[in-house]
Amino acid sequence: MAETTMTAAKSDVNTETPILSVKDLVVRYTTGSKSYLDAVRGVSFDLYPGQSLALVGESGCGKTTLGLGLLRLLPRLGSVPSGSMTFVGKNNKPVDVLKLGTAALRRWRWEEAAIVFQGAMNSFNPVLRIGEQMADTMKAHLIDGHKPSKDEILDKSAEMLRAVRLEPKQVLPSYPHELSGGMRQRVLIAMSLLLDPRLLILDEPTTALDILTQRAIVDVLGELRERLGFTMIFITHDLALAAELADRVATMYAGRIIETGSVRDTFQNPRHPYTAGLINAVPPVTGDLPNLASIPGSPPSLATLPKGCAFRDRCSYAEDKCAEIDPELEMIESRLAGLSHTAACINWQQVHSPREVVTADA
Amino acid sequence: MPDPISSDPKSSDRPSSDRQTPLMELSGISQIFKTKRGDRPAVRDVNLTVNAGEVLCLVGESGCGKTTTARMAAGLTKPTDGTVAYNGQDIWSMDKDQFTEFRTSVQYVHQDPYASLNPIRSVYKTISAPLRKHGLSKGNDDSWKQASELLRRVDLTPPESYLSKFPHQMSGGQRQRVAVARALSLNPKLIIADESTSMLDVSIRVGMLNMLGRLRDELGVGFIFITHDLAIAKYFGWEGRTAVMYLGEVVEYGPTQQVINDPQHPYTRALLNAVPEPDPDLAAQKLPGGGLRSADIPSLAALPSGCTFHPRCPLFEEGLCDVTSPELSLIGSRREVACHVVARESGRAAADASVSVSG
Amino acid sequence: MAQATVETATLETSVDSGVRSVRGSSLLSQLTRSASGFAGLIIVVLIVAMSLIAPLVVPEAKPNVNQIWSGPSSRHWLGTNNSGQDIVTLILRGGRTVIFVGFGAALLTTAIAVVIGSLAAYFRGRFDAIMLQITDIVMTIPQIILLAVMGAFFELNSPFALAALIGVLSWPVLMRSIRAQVLSLKEREFVEAARLLDLGTLRIVFMEIVPNMASFILINFIIAITNATYALIGMYVLGLAPMSGDNWGIMINDAWISGAMFNPNSMLYILAPVAMIVIMQLGLIMLSRSLEEILNPRLRDR
Repeated sequence: MAETTMTAAKSDVNTETPILSVKDLVVRYTTGSKSYLDAVRGVSFDLYPGQSLALVGESGCGKTTLGLGLLRLLPRLGSVPSGSMTFVGKNNKPVDVLKLGTAALRRWRWEEAAIVFQGAMNSFNPVLRIGEQMADTMKAHLIDGHKPSKDEILDKSAEMLRAVRLEPKQVLPSYPHELSGGMRQRVLIAMSLLLDPRLLILDEPTTALDILTQRAIVDVLGELRERLGFTMIFITHDLALAAELADRVATMYAGRIIETGSVRDTFQNPRHPYTAGLINAVPPVTGDLPNLASIPGSPPSLATLPKGCAFRDRCSYAEDKCAEIDPELEMIESRLAGLSHTAACINWQQVHSPREVVTADA
Repeated sequence: MPDPISSDPKSSDRPSSDRQTPLMELSGISQIFKTKRGDRPAVRDVNLTVNAGEVLCLVGESGCGKTTTARMAAGLTKPTDGTVAYNGQDIWSMDKDQFTEFRTSVQYVHQDPYASLNPIRSVYKTISAPLRKHGLSKGNDDSWKQASELLRRVDLTPPESYLSKFPHQMSGGQRQRVAVARALSLNPKLIIADESTSMLDVSIRVGMLNMLGRLRDELGVGFIFITHDLAIAKYFGWEGRTAVMYLGEVVEYGPTQQVINDPQHPYTRALLNAVPEPDPDLAAQKLPGGGLRSADIPSLAALPSGCTFHPRCPLFEEGLCDVTSPELSLIGSRREVACHVVARESGRAAADASVSVSG
Repeated sequence: MAQATVETATLETSVDSGVRSVRGSSLLSQLTRSASGFAGLIIVVLIVAMSLIAPLVVPEAKPNVNQIWSGPSSRHWLGTNNSGQDIVTLILRGGRTVIFVGFGAALLTTAIAVVIGSLAAYFRGRFDAIMLQITDIVMTIPQIILLAVMGAFFELNSPFALAALIGVLSWPVLMRSIRAQVLSLKEREFVEAARLLDLGTLRIVFMEIVPNMASFILINFIIAITNATYALIGMYVLGLAPMSGDNWGIMINDAWISGAMFNPNSMLYILAPVAMIVIMQLGLIMLSRSLEEILNPRLRDR
């Protein structure tokens, strides 16, 4: 079922070779002269062309760090001490992203992989018009092997703006502050797609936006994905948004992926207590009122992780064994193209999350 | 806690009877901000009431006037028109003692727990300051005891481990609980919660709402609960009422269960349609763009003629909606909707019903 | 020494907000980690201690007509002045007034600036407008000329009067920056929360808002000391302050007038007090710089 939704979006999905293959990626922040902490602790996943993967979790679980690490945009004190990232670009040749030099890396970003950050205002230069900023992005790169001409730049910018449902005549000559938050976010999406990247990473692209604006962006992203067929990684703390935009979900906790699966598997049958807890903490707007509960406690500090399962202090399924073993992802249901349902919990068979309804419909 | 509020005769019987004096009544309040580029009517002619122990949710997008309305209710800004009455008395014509009584009985919980706590005050100092200032505590030991009790009320246990902490040593959720404990310190009758859960992680939001719900039940505190998230309004205000605001006006107002589960105003419908659902099957049923004709909110400086929602409204009828502004009118027994088309259709349905009954 | 301990004590209590940002470890231990800050602190403490203790221990330098302008020797390490007084003794005893006036004037300036600045910003309205007018006037008049006129008008024979005069004339700049900070702080939600709890206006201004600027005030207090010291020395050099008693300012003035500059044997009479002032100012500036770095996380490189 999940595969069909995915393949419907993209008919030429290549289920053989992943577009991005991440193995045991570790992202480390130096916190002092001899101290460090690992914000991402050994993450592996394969992303196949045309897929949309949602990374979900609470703040501080490492999802944004992972997003930055995937594009090698880590701050000065961050590094990738181990792991590998293989990306298959437009020319179908695999690239080791961690080995790219500065110039190659700069070309690789934008041309092959792009990122849209949260807080659209900070991503713009406030004194340049939108048109100039879009042109600057394109001028720095070759398109089809040549420097783009002025007309090409203008055409492409206008095309991308129209694709995100903005009127180029109105937007191109505007300054960032003249646009609303939702428009700015859409301009950013348009800019990120200027060079037809194969992979688009979105970091909380709709936080701080109003609900109707958010809906507009969700719509635009759905349309774009259908038209352009790029692969997407979507970082969010809002599970409902993940349910709408993704066909795969990876739940992160304390720097690790602790559950993966198709949207349907994850939301209807979560097997890690943390995913179940997250889902059970989201009030629904349709139907009856369920009895909801928060996950007790807060995420552990990455600097002082206890032995064993990092979630055990907050877990209602925890037992003595959890203090000993830090469980690996275990196969629950094997599926094609990275859609397998896996969970890192020794008690996954007991995890279930039926929603109790407290009040009947009025 | 010195004499719990629930012993108050007014709040002991639950609010459903509308004949008692409402705890808070906003009658025809407007707030027009004068700017160099002309007047900006942030709120226009809003009428709302909250009874003791009742929850009123204000929902809408940013700029719809919900926060401005709440600030007027809290007496933080004076309405340019209309009256704010607390226990039946206009707060802006109160004498000093009455105003102090109002001021301490109506508390506000801000959105950002990082900004609303003084960074240089410990939790104990933060909570005990109002107790001491208003003579509710006798000496240090008593302050400490009361502060502990307040922390227990907001589920920060054991209180001893929080009292000496500073805001930066706590998580967002813990800070917001401290802000609530501080608001509770003066035994308020009404708490205005302005997006109080929107900055918290999804995983702890519900715990906060459950805690606030318990305060409402145990202490009989009334709430004006402001949120842009209809799912949150539904969850917290299930037994209360909800007012949907758009460009400074209330467009739909009624029991939460009716407003959210059976929305009538096209704007409410669009909002509800736009809420993402944590369920892939439901998510697939969403209408693009919430079913609206335009995604852009008009500026307050240049409000559309007639019904301000008409440029975006899927039910728009030329010559009607762009000419006259609809009044809130009763649809059903307890819900009011400001929409020409909905009012007409429901009138027709009612007429049909009466015809079929009589015939 | 008493002065020094009082000073470090106020450092510790008044900068809660700073301590907060440096995670529990005390301000003093933070200071010792920064080499220049610690050096600055040591310099300031040593000079203050010396100037306070010396007048109690070291007897007054006796004029000796046989020893005029004698160069450095084992008896007189820095030589003697035009009346045969030992320059080392003069330096040791001559810091008290300078330091007293510097601290006093800075204290007064800071107090006036904090009180007026925060109240003006909190209340706005007419009080604010009038205060701004006054600062405009005071700031446009060159301070040294104003000091000269005031010095000529009033008898400035006590250090209190000097401190008061300098203090009263130098608050406007600090007042404006305090005012600007309060204007932004008072919009913070915790201030509104305090208003909603009806905590009382003065309490809100001085207990909720002002302590949030503690580090800013402390740093500006130190800067005010340096400014007041310069103003005082300037007055002495120009001969606007009474020339009685021992102090570094009078020494410079005296040395200048008697042409000590041009004689290698007497050069130290002018260089020694100048060096003392420079070292003290340097210490204060180093101290304030590293305090700024410690207390303002944005300046800290992390």
